[in-house]
Amino acid sequence: MTAEIGQLALTLALALSIVMAATGLAGARVTANVSRRIASSAAMGLLVFIALAFCTLVYAAIVSDFSVLNIADNSSLAKPMLYKITGVWGNHEGSMLLWVLVLALYTGAIAFAKRGSARLTSAALGVQGLLAVAFLLFILFTSNPFLRIDPPPFDGAGLNPLLQDLGLAVHPPTLYIGYVGLSASFAYAAAALITREVDASWARAARPFMLAAWIALTIGITLGSWWAYYELGWGGFWFWDPVENASLMPWLAATALLHSALATERTGAFRTWTLLLAIAAFSLSLIGTFLVRSGVLTSVHAFANDPERGTFILIMLVAAIGGALALFAWRAPSLETGAAFEPVSRETALLVNNVLLVAATATVFLGTLYPLFLDAFTGTKISVGPPFFALTFVPIFVLLLIALPFGPRLSWHKAEFAQAARPLLPALGAALVAAIIVCFVVASHIVAAAGIFALAAWVIAASVLDLIRRPVKTAAAFAVAVAHAGLGVTLMGVAGTTLWRAETLALLGPGEKATVGPYTLTMGQFERDDGPNYAAIRADIHVSAGGNTIATLWPAKRVYPIEQQETAETAIRTTGFSDLYLALGDERGKGRFIVRAYYNPLAPFIWFGGGIMALGGLASLWGRVRAKSRQPNAQAVAAE
Amino acid sequence: MNARKKRRLYFVLAVLVAGAGGAALVITALKDNVLYFYSPSDVAAKHVAPGIAFRIGGLVEAGSLKHGGGAEVAFTVTDGKTNVPVKYEGVLPALFREGQGVVAMGALNPSGTFDATQVLAKHDERYMPPEVVDALKRSGRWKEGGA
Repeated sequence: MTAEIGQLALTLALALSIVMAATGLAGARVTANVSRRIASSAAMGLLVFIALAFCTLVYAAIVSDFSVLNIADNSSLAKPMLYKITGVWGNHEGSMLLWVLVLALYTGAIAFAKRGSARLTSAALGVQGLLAVAFLLFILFTSNPFLRIDPPPFDGAGLNPLLQDLGLAVHPPTLYIGYVGLSASFAYAAAALITREVDASWARAARPFMLAAWIALTIGITLGSWWAYYELGWGGFWFWDPVENASLMPWLAATALLHSALATERTGAFRTWTLLLAIAAFSLSLIGTFLVRSGVLTSVHAFANDPERGTFILIMLVAAIGGALALFAWRAPSLETGAAFEPVSRETALLVNNVLLVAATATVFLGTLYPLFLDAFTGTKISVGPPFFALTFVPIFVLLLIALPFGPRLSWHKAEFAQAARPLLPALGAALVAAIIVCFVVASHIVAAAGIFALAAWVIAASVLDLIRRPVKTAAAFAVAVAHAGLGVTLMGVAGTTLWRAETLALLGPGEKATVGPYTLTMGQFERDDGPNYAAIRADIHVSAGGNTIATLWPAKRVYPIEQQETAETAIRTTGFSDLYLALGDERGKGRFIVRAYYNPLAPFIWFGGGIMALGGLASLWGRVRAKSRQPNAQAVAAE
Repeated sequence: MNARKKRRLYFVLAVLVAGAGGAALVITALKDNVLYFYSPSDVAAKHVAPGIAFRIGGLVEAGSLKHGGGAEVAFTVTDGKTNVPVKYEGVLPALFREGQGVVAMGALNPSGTFDATQVLAKHDERYMPPEVVDALKRSGRWKEGGA
């Protein structure tokens, strides 16, 4: 029965989303209050039914109901319970259901928060309704997770073992909260174009949704990168893989959007540009979904190799992006423009930020899609790897980081450059000190390292100084300082790992030694370490530094018999400032295994920095929610 | 010129400068940093010069895998028509098998052996790298559902 309940819940959700789309959009013209109420009720109903459908699928996974095709294909009896549950979104159908669940959550939040006027909320719900209709149709017609199989198999086919991991249990939902969260900004932007209500209060209404999406994307990308680091066994944290790029592009666009919306909120500047960015950010999310889910890319993320699905997503993509851009082209010229500003002002700084972030997005976009287009039109197969991004993305980000500390110092409308820049002199001093220290301490890549660490010190010192100097330490000021400093911390991690990594590849039997960085590794015994659904071999490796044994690490190799696949379980010892990273390779000869060892200086900073950035976003979101609950009067918030 | 027009002009100029700079960067970067994919037959037909980095894909020829004393291995990549010898030092992917699909990144050395810097096997039992499928289809070695 459970699968039928799920199927019914999805169908009812579809009906409700049609109601929501129709009444919501009608609310932009007539009887906004009534429409908003109906659309809000529909939104709550939508949330309930999609949550019900999702719980049904989770239940089927828990009880291993192999009469449901999706469960039979992607689960198995021997799988640990935790991964039976998280495996629900480890396949195409389940992950699409999670997608609409997150969409329904945001829709519910829009209906519940009632930010902005009744017309605006109503129209935003209408747009969310259209998206829900499209994705529910997609699920019901091409990716139904509730299809039955008769006769049911005795055991399922299992889950991709790479996904049997706690990091992967958390990474997709977080990333989806980010991807789909941009739909709320998109819906508010489309609603603003429909109702022509685009002003400071619009930006205030949409901003918490932009922030929520940005925070989730930041955490999701950080988790994904961390997962790739410890699970794939290659010792790297970012591969410029198209799937990674698919999540980076919406993040870059959302970062630009947050900054541009700040200007719209304060002075009304950039309002059309902010709308366009909101549309672009969600479009990039959709393109990401298409790239990842359609099977045009091959990776651990590509579940679907069904051309019908790819075509359906492509049609949705064209309809959503094309529709929004057409609406923009029609309405944008008639919108009012904001207040003027001088060439030296906060607005100009935000403009520089936006131009650079959009350029960075464009380079990632080209590097990711150019090979696909070339293959589609000429049949020539190429791949664009890290060197391309090192030459395009990196210089843009360097410019961005050089300019960054000036932004928060400049006042709105008109600023004095000298007056704003003078307090940054200590930060410049910190940058010089960092460069000098690097020159003395390190032996290799001195020039690049000195430059990068000076840049990181410049950004971090300026952010901290800015916060210290503020007479009133608002949540907003805290958020800016923390998020910017986090970027500096990540930069140090990236630089340290890229420039000074030590790598050793050794064939080791019991008692044999190898060195990597400051550590000496001594191979101990090999032991069996089998789990519920895999067989594993584990190496005991004793780590010593300066003659003292400091730790024993157990890198392992697992074989999953049902899935016919092997995974490397890396062993990482971190000091917080550097990682010792061990991966067990294949057996060569009798009783000797290849061991891949990396010494990664500052690697943990990459993820600390991501966490700090997300914390900055959370501070900003918290400040906003608190301000709203304390003073429901929007004008009072504006005066903050 | 009023303030609004002036601002628009700045905006357009900034976008143009950034766009031109970005385009210049992208074009130079694409020119030198693109890796082509060749099947063994392509390698023979195109006379790829030694030292030019590219990706090669095909099947690991049965019986061709040889281990050295340390981490180095040698094997042959074939598409059924042409063979290319490959040398690699490092950990082979977990799913590397003789007779299975493989993609390697690297360049030819003057003696015609492919020095691989990275070797990728198919990710799981359900698919093969699409370039390899394509290369096998072109050489007539592809069997649906097989390989």
